[in-house]
Amino acid sequence: MSTNYEPVIGLEVHAQLLTASKIFCGCSTRFGDPPNNNTCPVCMGFPGVLPVLNKRVVEFAIRVGLATHCEIARYSRFARKNYFYPDLPKGYQISQYELPLCEHGFLDIDVGEGKKRIRLTRIHMEEDAGKNIHDVRGDYSLVDLNRTGVPLLEIVSEPDIRSAAEAGSYLRSLRAILQYLEVSDGNMEEGSFRCDANVSVRPMGAQEFGTKVEIKNLNSFKAVEKAIDSEIERQIETLADGGKLVQETRLWDADREVTRSMRSKESAHDYRYFPDPDLLPLAVEEKWIDEIRAALPELPTAREDRFVTEYGLPRYDAQVLTARRDVADYFETAVKIHRNPKAISNWVMGDVFRVIKEKKLDDALRIVDWPVPAEHLAAMIKMIDEGKISGKIAKTLFSEMLASGAAPEAIVREKGLEQVSDTASIEAAIDQVLAANAKAVADYRGGNEKSFGFFVGQVMKATQGKASPQVVNELLKKKLQA
Amino acid sequence: MSVHELTIHELGEKLRRREVSSVELTEAVFARVAETEERIGSYVTLSRDGALEEARRADARLKTNGSAAPLLGIPIALKDIFITKGIRTTCCSKILSSFVPPYDGTAVAKLKAAGAVIVGKTNMDEFAMGSSTENSAFGVTRNPWNIERVPGGSSGGSAAAVAAGQCIAALGTDTGGSIRQPAACCGIVGMKPTYGRVSRIGVIAFASSLDQVGPMTKDTKDCALLLEAIAGHDPADSTSVPAPTPAYASNLDGGIKGLKVGLPKEYLISGMQPEVEKSVKAAVRKLEELGAEIVDVSLPHTDYAVSVYYLIATAEASSNLARYDGMKYGYRAPAKDLLETYLKTRQEGFGPEVKRRIMLGTYALSAGYYDAYYLKAQKVRALIKRDFDVAFKRCDVIVTPTAPTTAFKIGEKTADPLQMYLSDIFTISVNLAGLPGMSLPCGFDNAEMPIGMQIIGKHFDEATMLRVAHAYESATEWHKKKPKL
Repeated sequence: MSTNYEPVIGLEVHAQLLTASKIFCGCSTRFGDPPNNNTCPVCMGFPGVLPVLNKRVVEFAIRVGLATHCEIARYSRFARKNYFYPDLPKGYQISQYELPLCEHGFLDIDVGEGKKRIRLTRIHMEEDAGKNIHDVRGDYSLVDLNRTGVPLLEIVSEPDIRSAAEAGSYLRSLRAILQYLEVSDGNMEEGSFRCDANVSVRPMGAQEFGTKVEIKNLNSFKAVEKAIDSEIERQIETLADGGKLVQETRLWDADREVTRSMRSKESAHDYRYFPDPDLLPLAVEEKWIDEIRAALPELPTAREDRFVTEYGLPRYDAQVLTARRDVADYFETAVKIHRNPKAISNWVMGDVFRVIKEKKLDDALRIVDWPVPAEHLAAMIKMIDEGKISGKIAKTLFSEMLASGAAPEAIVREKGLEQVSDTASIEAAIDQVLAANAKAVADYRGGNEKSFGFFVGQVMKATQGKASPQVVNELLKKKLQA
Repeated sequence: MSVHELTIHELGEKLRRREVSSVELTEAVFARVAETEERIGSYVTLSRDGALEEARRADARLKTNGSAAPLLGIPIALKDIFITKGIRTTCCSKILSSFVPPYDGTAVAKLKAAGAVIVGKTNMDEFAMGSSTENSAFGVTRNPWNIERVPGGSSGGSAAAVAAGQCIAALGTDTGGSIRQPAACCGIVGMKPTYGRVSRIGVIAFASSLDQVGPMTKDTKDCALLLEAIAGHDPADSTSVPAPTPAYASNLDGGIKGLKVGLPKEYLISGMQPEVEKSVKAAVRKLEELGAEIVDVSLPHTDYAVSVYYLIATAEASSNLARYDGMKYGYRAPAKDLLETYLKTRQEGFGPEVKRRIMLGTYALSAGYYDAYYLKAQKVRALIKRDFDVAFKRCDVIVTPTAPTTAFKIGEKTADPLQMYLSDIFTISVNLAGLPGMSLPCGFDNAEMPIGMQIIGKHFDEATMLRVAHAYESATEWHKKKPKL
């Protein structure tokens, strides 16, 4: 990338809210049902129907607004966004326009070593559209209105983002907040968390913005980052070649990894927004906002800081563990039982994550099925720390816990995996090993101390790995020097 | 006198005394329809089988319940703007010509629960856009007083049906005068309640911030009874007001001694038919005789009402009518692709007046014009509302003519939409201000066409308005005169 240009990026995120029912009717928001199963005259846009606002949607929106330091409007309004499309049964989308619920917030994101503040312009509520399903032969399309009226938050950032990596970091932070607040599952692939990017470039040091291009069809974090990089490159090349950029909407082609023009500013829609006369202006009481604020959970950034200070974890561990609320909860459950945060962190980020990945035990929002309960993991690490089992045995034990679901103590008892520290039986094993390897013993005593490891291995083998390595070391040294 | 000529309250007595059954009454109404419909054309859909079934059920309820609800067994007509489960609902548009709804609206459900018998669906201007019922995809309705004349509109079918005895009472909707003006044209009582008094669920939307459901009846007491049956808070309509419904019918008789009646000076316009002005002035004198105090009031922004209305109503309509796109229900024109489907469906499905208003409204909301038109109109609307607030500090009700002329001839104004729009010049401000207003007969012109007087009440004070109307009606005979058919 040329160093003469600075990219300027703003992101628009649409997040589906996890309310049980739709924003303006009582239909279920469930995903994956048979087409048009979750519909009624209201969300199908029949004549004579009227919308009634789902209060839970407002509550979720206020949660997000508060968590991102927004001002919550005491008085906001719904507006109609008018356009024709078969998946939009009323011919307009109920959204917010002039007076959104939340404005002037910010989000601190991780950039390399430090943090960067990205300002939020606004967060508003709106209804989702349905889905058009096009026939492969191309002679008809079908419309599924299950998604019509599912509540969405539109979260708009200021053009404070300067690179694809920052965009990715912003999206991850935002998604983590939504997930912590339990208002959205943030699944980009399934479309419950969607992102459009506004990208422009300007000469380094310039104050004015360049010509802005909106990129759509970004279906994953990777797509967002790649599309932004590709678009920045295209814009800089165009300018470097003496060309001019046009304000337009471009689609990301994930296969060819390029953006291509969809429509120009001239052919952009005039949505003819106006206040929806079917809905009263939304008045939010101070008391309600206070209640919602009081019930907010600890958010990712605060939790990450606390993990560093309270548990002495490295920043990296704290970041990874707090990126998801359920992981952080799992970790803290274990730490409460046995306070060895670093060991627990190592096990969670190592074996636990590996198994989750291998067995695909997670979906976008949460770990559906933990490989082992946090209580069991903590108990196992406690047994290591108390010398009851060896680190080596712990690996075996973890596999046993995975397979049987039993508590570690029970498995250790049942399979006789306790570490043997009693000197008499270890001495007996050592005597056997030394007797069987007389030549090696002579070599050792002759100065070849490198073979010490060999003797340890043999003793451990003879005790099926249960002997305390510490005891073996001490006794073996004594015997060999004798 | 035949039963079809009687009122709700008169028939209620007869039904409860078993002098007539609901089935007999319903049969009589359908006989009257058969006898007169060819000349009048009030209905677009009749529900004879359903009506007789409802009448049988009403008779069964009447047998077991002596103190039945006032609407039990009463045949009522519905403007075709009301969503009726299982009964075709077209809004008198080609675009909904085959639409049979899957649900009942709130007002209809309340009527059914009260035991009313639904006779059928009445003609109207397409999507309630018009003042003469000539903009219907199903032909004109003729005024029972003179079949060369329009019945008014848009609820012209309901007004004509009530006047002709083709039903006992009817429901209409009023966005700019669509109940009151046809009521005046057909010599009946029609009321637009306060915005928010009656649920809009199941009313095909024209202009959401102005539309309101109301009764169209033979007299004031029927108006009160029907209003009581349909009014009330509906949680499914966010604009419906959570206020209790007063007992209107049992509080009509208080008299009007000392009540202040406001006369707005701006409503005596040039171009008003002289007999209309004369009749309304005489009616005001009658109110004075009955003990009311007449006070002059001013509504200075009246001149802007028609302009404001045609910006706001068309803007809302342009959006409300977007759902008629040929995708889900109703008419769809065969076409080669999506855009052509939209264009042809709406070109062929909507009539000229509807298309004219969609274009006006689309323009008023367009980027670059919104502030100058829609937003400015909303500001002036607030001023019009304030005019009424100020005026109502000095009076309890306001009286005006309902329309500047009596019913005009069929075809007389169809070539000139602006002339047609002026039919609603006295009624439009009431919708803009969200106030209740009603029309009742107050005389006849030289051609024997009925004249209507409009009474405008304070917000949610339909009761006082009805009391004034009832006092006047009790002292006059206009409402007793029937058209000779």
